[in-house]
Formats: sequence, structure tokens, C-alpha cells
Amino acid sequence: MKTMTVNTTVNGASFERTVDVRTSLADFLRHGLCLTGTHVGCEHGACGACTVQLDGAAVRSCLMLAVQADSRKVTTVEALGSPDALSALQKAFSDHHALQCGFCTPGFLVTMQSWLDEAPPDATLTDEQLRDLLSGNMCRCTGYQNIIDAVRAVLRDRQASARLAPTT
Amino acid sequence: MKPAAFEYHRPDRLADALALLADLPNPKALAGGQSLMPMMNYRVLQPDHLVDLNNVSELAGCTPDASGVRIGAMTRQCALKESPLVNRSLPLMAEALEHVGHLQTRNRGTLGGSLCHADPSAELPTVCTALDATLVVERRGSQRKTSIHDWAMGYLMPAIEAEELLTQIHIEPWPAGHGWSFVEFARRHGDFAIVGVAALLHLDAKGRIERIAIAIGGCADKPVRLTLAEERLAGGTPSEALFAEAGVLASRLENVLTDAYVQESYRRHLADVLVRRALGRAAERARQGVPA
Repeated sequence: MKTMTVNTTVNGASFERTVDVRTSLADFLRHGLCLTGTHVGCEHGACGACTVQLDGAAVRSCLMLAVQADSRKVTTVEALGSPDALSALQKAFSDHHALQCGFCTPGFLVTMQSWLDEAPPDATLTDEQLRDLLSGNMCRCTGYQNIIDAVRAVLRDRQASARLAPTT
Repeated sequence: MKPAAFEYHRPDRLADALALLADLPNPKALAGGQSLMPMMNYRVLQPDHLVDLNNVSELAGCTPDASGVRIGAMTRQCALKESPLVNRSLPLMAEALEHVGHLQTRNRGTLGGSLCHADPSAELPTVCTALDATLVVERRGSQRKTSIHDWAMGYLMPAIEAEELLTQIHIEPWPAGHGWSFVEFARRHGDFAIVGVAALLHLDAKGRIERIAIAIGGCADKPVRLTLAEERLAGGTPSEALFAEAGVLASRLENVLTDAYVQESYRRHLADVLVRRALGRAAERARQGVPA
């Protein structure tokens, strides 16, 4: 069959849609669900702009088919925060000028958030580990340093909160 | 950059996947999709039927068996990287996985997919070449085993028919206390290597090289074993001078590729440097003799 019905959960909401089976997950999110926060850069898995989470794991949505999201949970950048209530990571990107044109930013945010969601609150990363973690995302504006600075700030805040949190 | 139209099939069982591959015209099995999807987006490949293996749970997982380690072809690279069994028994593979793609691609990419893509500079086929992996290939009603050394026929050409499926990879781990090293040079970390070298080395009680394997990827149109260098080094005592000889032999490989970005002479230079480096690290680990 060249079309198929997909039942998927995106950012907590359930959707049932009939799609061409050759539709990428990225195109489905953008054109089928009007979630245009997921950006399509290279369409062959090199740039990372289209990164979304599939059941919590960061994946390239241009290299997945929409039908492969059937019965799975997809999280896009739209779920991280809103213009009125930025997530800690989004706020840090803004504070540290970790974006200029912003095209790659959703991919960076979604990738980094997948790590933050998994890691214990006092987790830390060496510069090498952090650069390795974000190596699958390309940015042509910032030279990456401000992105590293932004993530560092989030890690520092998380560690400080973890230290202050009452132990049970 | 959209794939040509195809029909999509999502079997849950291996038997169903094999039946689809046997019955359908121009089929292609989809593993993690990290190489196949780009090739379809570029329309380099235009299968009429795509058989998605991602729901065939019996193809994933990594378990010890009588002959060593059995890895299902659909085991994802992230799972291998985190597997205690792989880290304990196949430290060479664990080290190579640090160089394989990125977080996002390792979350989808599989060992079987990498072997079937057969890129000559990919890390995992080079590792399997060093480890003398045995591959299990199935078609409806029959199964065959093949050596990794008979697998790649050339650039992106695994020895597999359209109706066949690579289902398992068997690897016999080297004895505890062996030394290992995977080193590569790539323009950017996570890219395909220009040249990558996998080395395994086991020393006897007197510190002489009892067993050695050196595999090199990215030089020829498939990963190759440096058999001449292995023969030269066997029985010797690890030293910079000995490893330099291996480096020279590596730089004299036949059929070294040239492409628009990297000349043959540069690949030969990298082969020399990386073989020396890999052997040095492997010997250091073997001397420490810490069980892997």
C-alpha cells in the first residue's frame, strides 16, 4: 500500500492521519501537523536541524518515515517551552546568544534536552563530552562556543539546585 | 530530496520478513535507515517495496553463546555502545563505537545495517574484519553462514541477494588480557573516517606477540586485513621499530582509493601513521594485561 494510517502521539496529543508511506517524519510534522518548529536542512542526515525525540531518544526526522512513528511518542521543539515561558535551556540559549539565524536551534535544543531528561540533576559533562554530544548538529553562525556556554549554564544551575534540594 | 514512491511493509516476525523479500519484486530491507534513507532521498536507490525490520524484535539483542557473542543484525549502535557484554568481551568494538556517527544516528543505526551498507571506511565493518566475524544470512527456508572476509565484494557491495537478510553476527572474543585499539582520522569527529585501523594483539608469557590482527578501512574499496604485517609481527617483541615496519607494509597496500577529496598518497600516509599508533596502544594495553 502506498498510503497508510498512522496513530501517533506528538507532544502529548494523539493524532490519526493517513499519509503517503514515503512521507518523512519531518515533512509529516511540518505539513501534516503544522508543527514548523522542526526544521528541514539537508534531508540526508548530515545537519541535525530536524532532530526530534522518538520515545525520548534524539533521532533525525528526515531519515525516518512518518509511518515509523506509528504507536510511538514524538516530541518536537514546540513541547520544550513557549515564547512566554521558555524552558531553562531555551532561556540559556537566549541569554548566551547561542543562536543567530536560529535555523539549527530546534535541533540543538531537542538533542540537548534528550540528554538533560535522562541525566541525573547533578550530572556534568567535560567540554569534550559536550562537544561530542552536540557534534551531530551543525551551526553555521555561532562557532558553537556560545552554545557550549549556554549548556554549561544550564548544567551549573541544575547542579546548584540538586545541592540545595533536601535529601530524603 | 524525496524518495521515489514505494510500497511499505512492516512485518513483526522474521519469517514474515523473509517471505516478503522472497515474494515481492525489487524489495529492500530497511534497518536503521541512516544510510538507506539518504540514498533513497537522493534516488540512488528506488526500491518498489520497502520491508521495515524495526518491529522484528527477534533480530535485536546481543547475547553470549557457546562460540562467543551473538549480535542480532538489528541491534542498534547505541545499544552496543551501552552493552556490558560488548564493553567486557569486545572492547575493540566499544572503542570504535565512539567514532560511529552521532548520538542521533547511533540511536537508529544498526550493526547489520552498517555491514549491509558496506561503506569501506565505516568503523563497524573494519572492526568485524579484525575480529573474524561470522555472518548468518537467511532467506525463506534456508540459512547460510559466511565469513566477514567473503562479505564485501567492493564499494557498497555486500555479498547478499535481494531476497536474503543478514540476521546475526557471531564474534569470538579474544582472550582476557589482550590489547586492542581503534584509531581513525576524519575531517570532523563522527564523519566517516578517511582511514581507520583496528588492531588486536595478544602477548605470551615472555611478552612476545602470540596472536595479532590488523584491519584497515578506508584505503581499499572494502576493509582489509594486513596479513603481511601480521605475519611479520607474529612472534616478535612489541617495539616502535617493529611497528614502524608494519606501518610501511600498510602504506604499500594495493588498490588504494583516490577521490575528489583525498589522494591515494595521503591515504597511504594515514595508513602508515594510524597502524603504528593503533599497534602502540594495543601493545600498551596488552602489557598491562588487565582483563578486558
